[in-house]
Amino acid sequence: MRYPMIAAGCLMAVAAHADTPVLKVLTYESFVTEWGPGPTVEKAFEATCGCDLQWIAAGDGAAVLARLKLEGARTDVDVVLGLDTNLTADAAATGLFTPHSVLGASTLPVPYEDPVFVPYDWGAFAFVYDKTKVMAVPDSFEALAASDLRIVIEDPRSSTPGLGLLMWVKAAYGDRAAAIWAGLADNIVTVTPGWSEAYGLFLAGEADMVLSYTTSPAYHLIAEQDDSKAAALFTEGHYLQIEVAGKLAGSDQPALADAFLTFMQGEAFQGVIPTTNWMYPAVLPAAGLPEGFAGMIQPEKSLLMTAEEARVARDPALAEWLTALSR
Amino acid sequence: MADRAQPLSAAHWLGMSAAALVAALIFGTLALVFWQAGGLSLPRPGDWAAVRFTLLQAALSAGLSVLLAVPVARALARRRFAGRAVLITLMGAPFILPVVVAVLGLLAVFGRAGVVNGVLHRAGLPGIEIYGLQGVILANVFFNLPLAVRLILQGWLAIPAERFRLAASLGFGPWQIYRRLEVPMLAEVVPGAGVTIFLICLTSFGVALTLGGGPGASTVELAIYQAFRFEFDLPRVAGLALMQVVLCGAAALLCVWFVRPAGMGGGLDRRVERWDGCRAVDGVVLMAAAAFLLVPLALGLADGLPQVPDLPGSIWLAAARSLGVAGVACTLSVSLGLALAVAALRMAGLDLVGMMALAGSPVVMGAGLFLALRGWVDPAVLALPLTAVVNAVVALPLVLRCVLPELRGIEAEYGRLADQLGMQGTVRLRLLILPRLRRPIGFAAGLAAALSMGDLGVVALFADPSHATLPMQVYALMGAYRMDQAAGAAVLLAGLTLGLFWLCDRWGHHAEI
Repeated sequence: MRYPMIAAGCLMAVAAHADTPVLKVLTYESFVTEWGPGPTVEKAFEATCGCDLQWIAAGDGAAVLARLKLEGARTDVDVVLGLDTNLTADAAATGLFTPHSVLGASTLPVPYEDPVFVPYDWGAFAFVYDKTKVMAVPDSFEALAASDLRIVIEDPRSSTPGLGLLMWVKAAYGDRAAAIWAGLADNIVTVTPGWSEAYGLFLAGEADMVLSYTTSPAYHLIAEQDDSKAAALFTEGHYLQIEVAGKLAGSDQPALADAFLTFMQGEAFQGVIPTTNWMYPAVLPAAGLPEGFAGMIQPEKSLLMTAEEARVARDPALAEWLTALSR
Repeated sequence: MADRAQPLSAAHWLGMSAAALVAALIFGTLALVFWQAGGLSLPRPGDWAAVRFTLLQAALSAGLSVLLAVPVARALARRRFAGRAVLITLMGAPFILPVVVAVLGLLAVFGRAGVVNGVLHRAGLPGIEIYGLQGVILANVFFNLPLAVRLILQGWLAIPAERFRLAASLGFGPWQIYRRLEVPMLAEVVPGAGVTIFLICLTSFGVALTLGGGPGASTVELAIYQAFRFEFDLPRVAGLALMQVVLCGAAALLCVWFVRPAGMGGGLDRRVERWDGCRAVDGVVLMAAAAFLLVPLALGLADGLPQVPDLPGSIWLAAARSLGVAGVACTLSVSLGLALAVAALRMAGLDLVGMMALAGSPVVMGAGLFLALRGWVDPAVLALPLTAVVNAVVALPLVLRCVLPELRGIEAEYGRLADQLGMQGTVRLRLLILPRLRRPIGFAAGLAAALSMGDLGVVALFADPSHATLPMQVYALMGAYRMDQAAGAAVLLAGLTLGLFWLCDRWGHHAEI
């Protein structure tokens, strides 16, 4: 299906090449697969910009930043989309980004102001479980540690959710984080390299709970008509993941890059986020959220470190985590 | 063998080019990363724990795989039964499956909710725990036992029928056959098989991390991954990668040092008739091995089978791309491997370079290739051809393991005669070497094709989802919550891979094994 279209697109691109400006957007792979937001976003933006939007993909958020650093100032990327607040301090420190000119007001659960990065979606980390199997649902990390529930988590050294969990415990407990990890150690079945492996183990029945997002049950509800999954609400609050994009100082299409960042906060982009990226849109569309999202837990408290706090906290928190779990 | 004074033939130049390609891919990419980093940092104190764990799990996994493979290979060598060829191919499946599928299959048997724990629970017995060092080793043995069995089986099949006829007429019992025929053969084949598996386990990290139960099960490769992605600490990446290369180099050197030619001599290629060994023991060994390898496989794939007909078109396109890449990688790997093996007969150490292809860190290769190409071409355009080349090089050690011992035997046995007849160059290759190497070449081609099919690719750093291969699609589906479709795509992947392996292997067995 897509291939005749792509072939036709290539032909047209060749024909129109001389006068069509090209906007190159570097993002993570799952954004641009046929199940992700990429294809819809591309079509919608190209309909308005009179340009050719080209995706460049690399692994996940951390891989995107690594790739950008590898290319350095010589990169021909115009916009980077898919960093989160745990990575933005590092990203800004490269000096490759330039301030944006987007004036939109986001509907994030916490105020987010950044001169360089524009948010496009957000989610909250949570432990997801099967309602038919787990009856006594823990309401905090302490309750989880005291229970004999078995959980599977992601490694903070190789995955974004893993790093998010590390920051969650740190933001919620500060100096007591090491003690919380020591308490959780006997609940942890295993630590996986990435989200897919962890979620796969959970679905295969290897663990009672898995570290994922508050919106994960919405996928099962909307795409599979399965309402057996739920996320546990923790009283200490849930750590947020805010995903952002930024434009590069060296871009040869600065106006187009700004247009894309503005478009990114508009209806056409934001409307497809919930059911393609399975996250909350950064600017709530007028039509609201898809129906299945109404049943998702609403954390009363949102936790988030600033980019700078996250950068400073990461290495000591990682050392604590390693010490507590290596025993 | 010919005099050293003789000028190097085309085969030797080819062999040296193959070695140079390996060196460029392993050491060249490392050098590029090193150059970009502007230096290299020494390992941190914490890294030594990772080195210890890496060595421990690799050594235990390799030792156990080889140890268990010997009785299985012997049973296969001694027995003829209906379905034997199918069994041999199927038993190779775990080695060629994508890691995540195989791990889920293992968990269906040994996991918390697995069959074994279900039975134990019903019997009122305490359950078993897979997560930990035991899980890592279990998985590594599951993956590599098939390879060990096949490599060792090749050794058995290389013993000429005449030796067994002689043994029979001398009235040898199983113990004497073991001492006089099998031990010398094993002494040649087992170290090579063991070190190959050791090297494969040394550079893995997905298995160790998923089944290891915690960060205590961290390998050097994970540290490289972390240093690149989260810290972008290139000096550290270079330091760790160098350490990994040194470890692998030492292991490969040990292997070359230990291996002694068995000196079995030639024969008339008659069918081996075995009379020794206990039928029941061999039967039990084979059934146990088949159960260990095939039950997790069946359970791992059962869920996905009904999904296959409904897979979206993009998955089938990805499958076609993967088949193309595997075909190129397999042809290239076998050609390079043959050239390298022929050249290694005269230049000691060339095969060592070939073995080093297993030492490369995918992260470093990916980053190095990216650095090398950037500024010349768009790396995404070259993603598929590069995948094929990298896969071909990474499969080289396996091709060498299959081909080199037999090639040495051929040269020792027929080399002088061929020299006297003036058979050199392509004539020698066509009339002597290729016909006699057909079986190991077929097997090696199957392995190379299968490895390439299952490879996620060093190109992940500059992959283009519109040119995704099948393994990339399996992960993409999993990452999009579509675990059912991912299971279906995995079944397709396993089926195609096995089919490809079967075709190559069959081509090699036109006579019999």
